[in-house]
Amino acid sequence: MEITLTLNGKKITASVDADTLLLHFLRAHGCPSVKCGCESTVCGLCTVLLNGKPVLSCAVLAARADGQSVTTLEGLQEEASDFIGFIADQGAEQCGFCNPGYVMNTIALLRENPDPTDEEICAYLAGNLCRCSGYEGQLRGIRAYLNAKKAGELHG
Amino acid sequence: MAEMKSVGKSIRKKDSMQLLLGKAVYVDDITPQDCLCVGVLRSPHAHALITEIDTSAALKLPGVACIFTYKDVPQKRFTMAGQTYPEPSPYDRLILDQRLRFVGDAVAIIAADNAKILEKAKKLIKVRYEVLPAVLDFRSAKDNAILVHPEDNWRSLCPVGADNSRNLCAAEVSGDGDVDAVLADCDIVFENTYHTKACSQAMMETFRTYTEIDTYGRLHVVASTQIVFHLRRILANALDIPKTKIHISKPRIGGGFGAKQTAVAEIYPALVTWKTGRPAKMIYTREESMIAGSPRHEMEIRVRLGAMQDGSIRALDVYTLSNTGAYGEHGPTTVGLSGHKSIPLYTGGLHAFRFAYDVVYTNVMSAGAYRGYGATQGIFAVESAVNELAEMLGMDPVAIREKNMVREGQIMPAYYNEVAGACALDRCMKQCAKLFDWEHKRPVRLLPDGKVRTAGVAMAMQGSGISGVDVGSATVKLNDDGFYTLSIGAADMGTGCDTILAQMMAECMDCDVDRITVFGADSDASPYDSGSYASSTTYVTGKAVERACEELKERIISLAAIMLSCDSTELEFLGDCVARLDKSASVSLADIAARSACGNDQALQTTVSHTSPISPPPFMVGMVEIELDRETGSVEILDYTAVVDCGTTVNPALATIQTEGGLVQGIGMTLTEDIHYDSRGRLSENSLMQYRIPTRLETGRLHVEFAPSYEQSGPFGAKSIGEIVINTPAPAIAHAVYRATGVWQRELPITPEKIWQSLQEKK
Repeated sequence: MEITLTLNGKKITASVDADTLLLHFLRAHGCPSVKCGCESTVCGLCTVLLNGKPVLSCAVLAARADGQSVTTLEGLQEEASDFIGFIADQGAEQCGFCNPGYVMNTIALLRENPDPTDEEICAYLAGNLCRCSGYEGQLRGIRAYLNAKKAGELHG
Repeated sequence: MAEMKSVGKSIRKKDSMQLLLGKAVYVDDITPQDCLCVGVLRSPHAHALITEIDTSAALKLPGVACIFTYKDVPQKRFTMAGQTYPEPSPYDRLILDQRLRFVGDAVAIIAADNAKILEKAKKLIKVRYEVLPAVLDFRSAKDNAILVHPEDNWRSLCPVGADNSRNLCAAEVSGDGDVDAVLADCDIVFENTYHTKACSQAMMETFRTYTEIDTYGRLHVVASTQIVFHLRRILANALDIPKTKIHISKPRIGGGFGAKQTAVAEIYPALVTWKTGRPAKMIYTREESMIAGSPRHEMEIRVRLGAMQDGSIRALDVYTLSNTGAYGEHGPTTVGLSGHKSIPLYTGGLHAFRFAYDVVYTNVMSAGAYRGYGATQGIFAVESAVNELAEMLGMDPVAIREKNMVREGQIMPAYYNEVAGACALDRCMKQCAKLFDWEHKRPVRLLPDGKVRTAGVAMAMQGSGISGVDVGSATVKLNDDGFYTLSIGAADMGTGCDTILAQMMAECMDCDVDRITVFGADSDASPYDSGSYASSTTYVTGKAVERACEELKERIISLAAIMLSCDSTELEFLGDCVARLDKSASVSLADIAARSACGNDQALQTTVSHTSPISPPPFMVGMVEIELDRETGSVEILDYTAVVDCGTTVNPALATIQTEGGLVQGIGMTLTEDIHYDSRGRLSENSLMQYRIPTRLETGRLHVEFAPSYEQSGPFGAKSIGEIVINTPAPAIAHAVYRATGVWQRELPITPEKIWQSLQEKK
């Protein structure tokens, strides 16, 4: 079947099988940031935005993106750049394989709630698994970013 | 010592921005998508012989490129364990074998145009099995009538006590002093048995490999591996082809934790490409990674402990039964750590010890290397026994450890008579007790809602590389403009070794870390390195970097001497230039670099290999506060505090993350990560849905600090950190659970069901 969608701001038309997952479609269409980690919708690595809302692309058929707008980390490089340096300062990216999903969900969190508490951050990102960092450093990174933003240090 | 500019600083990982921006850096991102898709048909039986296999229908399916069975592979056995030759792990594998030894063992290899055709082809392969009785209980495996490896060409290269006619992968007894006599003189002697399971590393990137034939007709392997050089040998052995025909490249790795110290996925696409000449890729599904990976060795450890009424621990008698599963990868080596990296913690008061073990073959998934490598299991047992002694005597478990722990300068008989040259374990304990507030968190406190809060403690040690075996190398070179390249064969798997080794080089060359580019790892281009495992990289490869830099400086000075028409002895290296000692003249590094590229016959490049006759242990203390619900048995981690002595902390941010990550993996192993085989040998926890690794809601707050020591033989005084950090959660949490319930949990994981049941039985 043929689908038309807006991928990272660009309209594309493609032919897909009815059972093609959005995850595989995106990887085949220039979005290597989208990672597969579990095949059972529990790890959060494949998180992308569908019409601005975070979804697990392994749980969405490509066909369902027909007529919709899909955003991956490839399309949000600037927005991500606002805060990822704070994660890097903690060394919390580690192997990096879970990073795109985690960064995408953090973007979604900060759009919804620009000033979250630690508990709100952990609850929102609970579905983003990481095996390297132990999570604490990821939290410290986001907290440091929020603190810097409040202190007006980001516009210096 | 002079203030250091790069070592000891929390510098960002060199690859951090690329990783955080989701750039294409991993195997599947950087290799073609239109290559052959390789998969494996897996055995539904724990033990069976293939009596008939018919691939003709599957081969007729359009898009199927090839199917291989046991009839198509070399008949020379090999091991997939990434270890230095001659490997202690037995040569007990074929790429495909007529005998299948666990549910998930490889029956056939299929290559097709895409995953869909591949799955269809799997269903069209007709196999007739002769199902055999299986050895599923590792306690009855030794000398069982059923043999996992009855074959004649099974081979053990090293004297590790292996005997395939007894299902033995390894066996040994060692000791110091007369343990029975010392035990006879002790006031208190008790014995307990502890059981840990085959936990999975569950790295986020599953096993994967891409293979192609390169310009020179060689097999080029792009693998997510920790062992580029061992992998070359493993593939040469498996395919029975010369090593000259193989080239291994490692891109970024999405986590390893030891899983990728075994060539789990590589042999399959390698066989396809070598036989067909076509590019191929194999990406393990999560299910395959769970059922046919390379998990931790299940161990049952019996600890007999002898002590005096005042709490001095006089004797430890440890016996470990380790389950290597269907194949012997890392079987003979992991087990040693269960005693040799637990007993030495009590060198302080110990008069005698004995450590014996058997490693047995069974018909379950083959075990392998996982962070901690046997020490994790042994430390759970020995630290639990010491906590049991403290509670028995009504002593503070901190005080009993302070009475018995190993101290700096002591010879550790249970650690191959090595000296604890740099040991801040005593300071770790003091600092941790203070930071954690042990005094106030230890008492059992009943909350208004009926829940209980209390705390537990444990110590740990590990090694820094394999003494006298591991080799780390560094090639350092000066490029034009005066920047450097550091080439290594160690594999950064996310840990940040590319960066911390560059920090060491920057310190040596008195320059900014940004002036150093790092390359690694590639079997053709990198200098030889055993690989990134055994906590070796910082300590062994780091020292190679330090020594290589000293040689490079000499070479730079000698070219400067030609340029300044003087003797080398009149010059000193100042980072951005070489100057005369009296400062009367100098030449910039950039000019020296330019000069080296014109009419020059002295390479401004050098390679140094390093090995160490000792493996200095890092030490640490972990303390945990839990809240336990006696009604449901559920345990919540409130606070985990750890203080680590890793010698000099090369990069505090990265060392902190290593520690936090290890603690959370340890918490998962202790509380939620369970493994069950059914009566037919099938593994129940075959996805991340059933195999529950911790989420960020289950870790509590983590507090990590360092108690530095200075290891004379290490680079800038550093020891290791990568593995030790997983070792304290199991005994510390088991201890806290005992304090909250009055029942010792001696089997992992400690699930709410087990706690609840134990409380009912107590009633």
